[in-house]
Amino acid sequence: MDSSVLNVVLPELILAIGAISLLMLGVFTSNGEAAGRTVTWLSIGLLLATAIAVFQGSGSSLVFGGAFVSDGFTRFLKIVILIGAALTLLMTFDNFGRAKLLQFEYPVLVLLATLGMLMMVSANDLIALYLGLELQSLALYVIAAFKRDDVQSSEAGLKYFVLGALSSGMLLYGASMLYGVTGSTGYATIAAAATIPEMSTNIGLTFGLVFVLVGLAFKIAAVPFHMWTPDVYQGAPTPVTAFFAGAPKIAAMALLLRFTQAALPGIAPQWQQIVIFLAIASMVLGSFAAIGQNNIKRLLAYSSIGNVGFALIGLAANNTEGTAGVLVYLVIYVAMTLGAFACVLAMQRNGRNVESISDLSGLAKTNLTFATILAVLMFSLAGIPPLAGFWAKWYVFLPAIKAGLYPLSVIGVVTSVVGAYYYLRVVKIMFFDETAEGFSPPEGRTFAVMALSAAFVVAFVLPFVGGTVVDAATAAASVLVPAHP
Amino acid sequence: MASALFFYLFSVLAVAAGASVILTRNPVHAVLFLILAFFNAAGLFVLLNAEFLAMLLVIVYVGAVAVLFLFVVMMLDVDFAELKAGFIKNAKIGALIGGLVLLELLALVGYKGLAVSPVMSPTSPVPAGITNTRALGEILYTKYVYYFEGAGLILLVAMIGAIVLTLKHRQNVKRQSISAQVARGPATGLEVVKVPSGGSVIPPPAKHPEAAE
Repeated sequence: MDSSVLNVVLPELILAIGAISLLMLGVFTSNGEAAGRTVTWLSIGLLLATAIAVFQGSGSSLVFGGAFVSDGFTRFLKIVILIGAALTLLMTFDNFGRAKLLQFEYPVLVLLATLGMLMMVSANDLIALYLGLELQSLALYVIAAFKRDDVQSSEAGLKYFVLGALSSGMLLYGASMLYGVTGSTGYATIAAAATIPEMSTNIGLTFGLVFVLVGLAFKIAAVPFHMWTPDVYQGAPTPVTAFFAGAPKIAAMALLLRFTQAALPGIAPQWQQIVIFLAIASMVLGSFAAIGQNNIKRLLAYSSIGNVGFALIGLAANNTEGTAGVLVYLVIYVAMTLGAFACVLAMQRNGRNVESISDLSGLAKTNLTFATILAVLMFSLAGIPPLAGFWAKWYVFLPAIKAGLYPLSVIGVVTSVVGAYYYLRVVKIMFFDETAEGFSPPEGRTFAVMALSAAFVVAFVLPFVGGTVVDAATAAASVLVPAHP
Repeated sequence: MASALFFYLFSVLAVAAGASVILTRNPVHAVLFLILAFFNAAGLFVLLNAEFLAMLLVIVYVGAVAVLFLFVVMMLDVDFAELKAGFIKNAKIGALIGGLVLLELLALVGYKGLAVSPVMSPTSPVPAGITNTRALGEILYTKYVYYFEGAGLILLVAMIGAIVLTLKHRQNVKRQSISAQVARGPATGLEVVKVPSGGSVIPPPAKHPEAAE
């Protein structure tokens, strides 16, 4: 193997070797809590170093027999994933420190999960896809149950594991069918086989496509494969939930984008109808089911289901603009979600976290800064202009309308209005309800994430913030679907 | 001729052992029959010139999985009579659903036939002159090194996860420290006591209880 291959996979190598070294460092340090703190800080550094290594890459290259691809599309998503993972690690110190959970294994598992996500983003082969997905998922199952003395956390881990194993089985079943029909696991060969006219009616190809999409829909928690999400989000420790809602969703969406557009462009109408159904079902359930929620983590779980539905609209359009829209949506979604979860982490009284929406009652009178930040994020999630959430929806609806998907766009707009109700309810409770007991002042690092996220959401309308993101996303998307106009 | 004889021998034994697994009442016997079935399947693989798969079946399934089954059967108190009662209670629904799926499959095969023709042949020719263990080894660490390392990382995560979720560091438990025992010399293990004339030797408190005989 020559060194050019190693150059292409340099970010992954840095992350893998770094994770293993940090594991050794943690194992051979006697003081548990101090080791946890040190390893977490070093992990944040490692993630940022990997992001720089990703940024240094250029051009597009295929290595390992076409299994691993590195191009503008993968670099864009990898940087978002790495930054998202680093920010979630930054939020763990305070919460885990109080819960006596600050062990070095947690950051190491997060690093390995992130490595799995990078492998997912770069996967250009069904086996590579599965290995990346499994590396990510297995680490996520463990950290969901990380608070192992807590019944809810263990339940979340077990539930996630059992349902995740089921979905992996479906995905593998579909992958085996695709392999059986096309004779290859590589996307390029599958794409070549799928463009043969008589293949469009081949049962094996259709079944394979459906099963793989079911597996992937489970990972992004699209309706009707979302049942695990509220329970897992509520049960897992809050910093872990923040991680779940961010980076893994991007990686799974990247997988979905590349799988549909690079491996199966030949049978686009077949997967488009599935994606349209997933999008509509997710948007409708995400907005209606969230109305009755009292727990803010459950509310955000339903919100993430709805957001996945909106992001899928861009994929349904099946063109470069649509893909760019999905990428912009993902960036903004991650920024808003991280901020919202930082706010949830900051909701604490007397050293204990509270999670009920009614606890926010009258927050504006006790802590105006906190209430303002959360209100900005909620307005943005509801899609009120000129905040970032509005532009996210703008960039996915516009290509869909141009592609003639009118019913989908109308349903999307209607559900987004319904969804606005429960976001704005939170704002109303904070500003106009009777004052409850105030929260302890937010811990510095958590507050930094809150403020950063709110600043991004507000500043997105400025050309040098929003414009940069949109330009980068468009450049990344044009790599993936150069064939389309 | 000889290979046909062995084929029927292995096949008959494998089928019979497989049937015995579900028919026998004693779960330990069932696991032992399962091991017999694995061995016969391995024999069939050898007849197909797939000696690597045969070895894998014996080492992984017989060596690890079957032994694990045996542990589970012997260590967990599973009430098989109760399980069986539940099975009989739901048998009708199960048979109905199973029958429906079977009908669907038969209808599909009858309608479309089984001819889902691959576009390209997924099989590659058997490499001449070398054993298939060697052929696999030659590509596993070169062409497929990415998959191999990825699988290794997944196993690492599984190991870390198992330790994180189950290991408890109990306090007040005596642990053996082999290095301390080996490093123990006359200087630490012996104490010279000056006995005053007419006095008695008061035994000092033993520092290493396991060493005091």
